[in-house]
Amino acid sequence: MIIANNVSKRFSKLQALNNVSVTCNRGECIALIGPNGSGKTTFIKSILGMVVPDSGFITFNGKNISHDWLYREQIGYMPQIGNYPEQMTIGQLFGMIKDIRKNKSNTNCDEELITAFGLDQLMHKRMRTLSGGTRQKVSAALAFLFNPAVLILDEPTAGLDPVASEILKEKIINEKQKGKLILITSHILSELDGLVTQVIYMQDGSLVFHKTIENLRKDTGEEKLAKAIASVMQKK
Amino acid sequence: MKKITKYVIADILRNKIVIGYTAFLLVISLSVFNLEDNSTKGLLSLLNIILIIVPLVCIIFSTIYIYNSSEFVELLVSQPLHRRNIWISLFTGLVSSLAFAFFAGVGIPIILYAPSATGMIMLAMGLILSVIFVAIAMLAAVITRDKAKGIGISILLWLYFSLLFDGIVLFLLFQFQDYPLEKAMVVVSAFNPIDLGRILILLKMDISALMGYTGAIFKDFFGTGLGFSISLAILFLWMIIPTWLSLRKFNKKDL
Repeated sequence: MIIANNVSKRFSKLQALNNVSVTCNRGECIALIGPNGSGKTTFIKSILGMVVPDSGFITFNGKNISHDWLYREQIGYMPQIGNYPEQMTIGQLFGMIKDIRKNKSNTNCDEELITAFGLDQLMHKRMRTLSGGTRQKVSAALAFLFNPAVLILDEPTAGLDPVASEILKEKIINEKQKGKLILITSHILSELDGLVTQVIYMQDGSLVFHKTIENLRKDTGEEKLAKAIASVMQKK
Repeated sequence: MKKITKYVIADILRNKIVIGYTAFLLVISLSVFNLEDNSTKGLLSLLNIILIIVPLVCIIFSTIYIYNSSEFVELLVSQPLHRRNIWISLFTGLVSSLAFAFFAGVGIPIILYAPSATGMIMLAMGLILSVIFVAIAMLAAVITRDKAKGIGISILLWLYFSLLFDGIVLFLLFQFQDYPLEKAMVVVSAFNPIDLGRILILLKMDISALMGYTGAIFKDFFGTGLGFSISLAILFLWMIIPTWLSLRKFNKKDL
């Protein structure tokens, strides 16, 4: 569904992505793992077209994304740091995004998370006044709002309270069972156990491996994802 | 695209600066026309205000607005929207609100007090300068990520167009006063939209005689239909080129 081909990106001195090639298919739940600054977010942003790669290309359903923008209709993106217009209220924000993305194919919005997070009680609050966790909730609700075929979640549970992060995890599992492609980055590896089917490990902008979780377990002899990754990191 | 423009305009109206700008222009133009019994004198006083205040407000407000809406742009870029549409919508939103402010603040008094050809030219120049300086502001804002730097560039550009350029031209004129530079001056004026606007307005006022021999040359060139069309075309280029450059830059920008 998403194919990245030798994608490279350099930010002045920093090589953020170095010849990354990845294939992601429908129905998979892929964890993007790597140390801080290993290029995970840059990779995600290149899939979204927010970062333009220096070389290489990315295709979405067989179409090169560099001249296409409608493919983003099928993506729900939850950013690591949600930057929203400060003076807008939550209600206005949802209204605007719905207005922009409204078309024949997505008339019914998935507002499950809005109610589950209790955001419907906060609709009149301005974005400026929100706490970091509430912002995360807004980001999550926006990502799931249009029932997208692909979900890209950048550190979804960072900053969420245990109740909210449990709700979000339930939601992710539900969506995964509907056969959606889910890309997720997280540093809390224990959370990813039982959720992900594949692991992409990145370091210093390069792809180190892309394996199914079974293969990773077999290769490392560890059952838990956290221990498996730790043993990979120690071998380096 | 219309939807985004709508949100941009709603956002600009909400922060009330543009409304203050309209009121300020309205007070100035009404007082200018009421102080002078002769409406041409009123226009002449208004001329300098237009040529200084309008570019300044347009360039500074637009630059700051673009920087402040970086979150808005970031949010939109991750949505199924063409980048070009996002940028053009921002441009359209800024231009329409600032041009409308100018029209309400200066245009309506001109139509009421001095509905002459000079008045109309002045109104048109004010609107054109609004568009040009929004375009330049967008280019300045897209070039650098640093807000202070971007606003600094905008202020410098405004200084250049309103003060420095004239200084440089004067300096050149004095240095090369032994040579016939009158024709060259016509070409040089194309490099500054404010000067071009000023010349077109002054020529319509029939006071070009005050400008001596250069004025006569200017009259020969800009006074004809062809010269007028060429200068309008140049002003049009001043709108298109910065917008096009900023769009190209924005299409490749990492957010």
